[in-house]
Amino acid sequence: MNAQTDASAVLDRRRLLAGGGALIVSFSLTEAFAQDQAAPVAAPAQNPPGSLKGAPFLDSWIRIDADGSITAFTGKAELGQGFKTAFQQIAAEELDIPFASLKVVTADTHLTANEGYTSGSHSMQDSGSAIQNAAAQARELLVAEAARRLDLPAEKFRTENGAVISSDGRRFTYGELVAAGMLHVQAQPKSKLKDPATFKVMGQPIPRVDIPAKVTGGAAYVQDMRLPGMVHARIVRPPSYSARLTDCDASAVEKLPGVVKVIRDGNFLAVVAAKEFLAVKAMKALSAAARWKETAALPKQDDLLDVLTGLPSQDSTIFQQSNPSAVGQKTIEATYSRPYQSHGSIGPSCAVAQFTDGAMTVWTHTQGVYPDRQGIAEMLRMPPESVRCIHVEGSGCYGHNGADDAAADAALIARELPGVPVRVQWMREQEQMWEPFGPAMVTKLKASLDGNGAIADWNFEVWSNTHSMRPGGAGSMLAAQHMAQSFAVPAPKPLPLPEGGGDRNAIPIYTFPNAHVVHHFIPAMPLRISAMRSLGAYHNVFSIESFMDELALAAGADPVEFRLKHLDDPRGREVIEKAAQGFGWLKGQQAPQDRGFGFAFARYKNLAAYCAIASEVEVNRETGRPRLVRAVAAVDSGQVVNPDGLINQIEGAIVQSMSWTLYESVTFDDTRITSIDWQTYPILRFNSVPESIEVHIINRPGKPFLGSGETGQGPAAASIANAIADATGKRLRHLPLTRKRIKDAIDA
Amino acid sequence: MMTLMVNGIDHQIDADPDTPLLYVLRDDIKLNAAKFGCGLGQCGSCTVIVDGKAVLSCVTPLLLLEGKQVTTLEGLGTIEAPAPIQRAFMEEQAAQCGYCIAGMMMRAQALLQRNSKPTDEQIRAELAPHLCRCGTHMRILRAVHRASRLMDTADASAATQRRAP
Repeated sequence: MNAQTDASAVLDRRRLLAGGGALIVSFSLTEAFAQDQAAPVAAPAQNPPGSLKGAPFLDSWIRIDADGSITAFTGKAELGQGFKTAFQQIAAEELDIPFASLKVVTADTHLTANEGYTSGSHSMQDSGSAIQNAAAQARELLVAEAARRLDLPAEKFRTENGAVISSDGRRFTYGELVAAGMLHVQAQPKSKLKDPATFKVMGQPIPRVDIPAKVTGGAAYVQDMRLPGMVHARIVRPPSYSARLTDCDASAVEKLPGVVKVIRDGNFLAVVAAKEFLAVKAMKALSAAARWKETAALPKQDDLLDVLTGLPSQDSTIFQQSNPSAVGQKTIEATYSRPYQSHGSIGPSCAVAQFTDGAMTVWTHTQGVYPDRQGIAEMLRMPPESVRCIHVEGSGCYGHNGADDAAADAALIARELPGVPVRVQWMREQEQMWEPFGPAMVTKLKASLDGNGAIADWNFEVWSNTHSMRPGGAGSMLAAQHMAQSFAVPAPKPLPLPEGGGDRNAIPIYTFPNAHVVHHFIPAMPLRISAMRSLGAYHNVFSIESFMDELALAAGADPVEFRLKHLDDPRGREVIEKAAQGFGWLKGQQAPQDRGFGFAFARYKNLAAYCAIASEVEVNRETGRPRLVRAVAAVDSGQVVNPDGLINQIEGAIVQSMSWTLYESVTFDDTRITSIDWQTYPILRFNSVPESIEVHIINRPGKPFLGSGETGQGPAAASIANAIADATGKRLRHLPLTRKRIKDAIDA
Repeated sequence: MMTLMVNGIDHQIDADPDTPLLYVLRDDIKLNAAKFGCGLGQCGSCTVIVDGKAVLSCVTPLLLLEGKQVTTLEGLGTIEAPAPIQRAFMEEQAAQCGYCIAGMMMRAQALLQRNSKPTDEQIRAELAPHLCRCGTHMRILRAVHRASRLMDTADASAATQRRAP
């Protein structure tokens, strides 16, 4: 290879990926929140880091009271990723206080900054960076105050254990130094951050603050809330998207024991009872009394590939690179697809709401308290200031599940019962039927190898819906869609690059002399869809990394070597090498009988954490049953705050992605969703859990945090697919890679 | 009105006999650990121990529980004095969202009470009725193994204490 040419190609690609090139087509976005969506590419130098940009006052992030108590605030929501603990570590580190001496307050429209959604692996980058810098600047202000009081230069002071100490030993606690308004100042663009070599709290595997309550029966979730006088509501949802309520005689239901009220508002039907199981019984009776008119409006499930590519689309070239001197000699092409898939939270969505003196309070496991407030206020035709949304943990959501809808349900019902707290929880079938699914997608790839077995040209096309229909407006919420004075579902928008939605990770991270990437954005949404962990990256990385193996096979090259041959990014290379080494990957190796080895790599969004995964899969040739035997991952997420938390996320990503990849697809007939519980939507069970998962972290002290919560989804899928291909000699390109599909491929 | 013994305490329950135990635990006795996941016995989130056996409380009606002893996660230990299984899950950090974990722990507890040294295969087979969506399975398995070791130590130390004058 010509080193000179390679270097200039790298620079060109970097400029393009950074959005500086003219060839990236980007879309304007009106919502200012929405972190599934793009963060600014390059912040102007005068802007402070992370979410300090939008909420620049230090006291939006750090509060120190005269009694010495310290609170850190985040607008992000703890979803089970453990970042509440990580934020506490960051604040403790930069403030020089013991970990246990502060508390963290999470998303609440009355208390915390508006940080939009907790999504897109943005929490550490946005909120973590904001807290880190705000804490560092707060510490500087405390030191300056001590210096002023003793009339000494600031250099003569150090901070330790919540106090500022002068070189001659005089000591002020933070509480003694702090004055009203001291932290109500705007953040400076730069902070004096601690030298990572001196970290005491950051970088440590500190146990999560939320786990003790969760394993001893403490009140840990919105599902566990019990307010005085609280009543229980259940919704009777329509049986299908198209259903309209034609008749419902609720008189018998209203007389059932414990029933407080039946609420009908257009197609929105609910019942409230004094006790929870009475509400469930009344829901069943109300459901039996309701008459619906349904229309057959769903596409053919077996024909999804043609359905999607046949829908009208808005097409844009999102990446183009040409070098006529590179000429392909051997061309291959392939089509990959992914079905609709469920978030499948184990706990159905839940919310508590109370309407008192014209003010609505909603306790919700939403990922975005501010957008949720906006949607609920619009639905109730109330000013947003009169609505307060408080985040309380729910069951893990992995994206936009029923959380916001349940919050709207609770608010709509609570308005009918002023002063009474109302708890709503969905039933299993409601969650599976009505949650917005991860969108089905199709990708078509075509590439050529040159005489040296290198990729000379690369063509990638992706067909997809948007990947975010989150609220902001009321029209995104089921209750607002179903009520008599209904709100229309807002027009979907593609999410802009560089983060993208359906085209997330569609632009290859590898360096190819010729490349052409097209995004076919499909506005029509036959099924209700929205953001699911990693958005389009799951399928795009599955496609790219499967196809890289197909090309490596065609080139007679080792898959790891083939990737390294096309990758310039040094951090990416290191991650690949680390995973290969940890796995014991050897060029030309043969897996044991009926087993296969697979490898895959991606940098999430081409700008967040790097992740490479090697896997070993066993395939039963008689039944087609695949089993992930072991996986070894390497990850680089910049400066590591809590290594065990990071490992937990990557382990979870591999196991969850394995479940999506091997088992999962939403099913439907011409009218209704038919995957409505765990029998009809099977997911991973313990008998298929791997023997081992190993995660190797490459720590980058002092480097920016790179979101890692979603980086494993795509590589895990492709790594498993590649191992199945290695084990069987057959390439499967349509997700999920079920036992039947594998068996059919073996028998073909 | 029916008497139901939960975690060693008798409760007078005013609920229809067809009410699933789960709703009685959560709504009448105000306990948090047992969770509603599916109401169909498919996910295991609601698991509690009845007379030493793991039971899916979402599909077990109250009328079947007369004279039986119900144990929930709250009955094993507290945040200040956690039981071995609770310590094990804390030490292994075996939770992400944690919604499924209480149910998992109760089935693991029932297993360890009848087989204090289960093999990995036995643990996996025992946990088959349980779903975890976060993918915390590897840690859950490690935590059950750890609980088995901790119970051993706890038994030994309890025995030592009993022998002490």
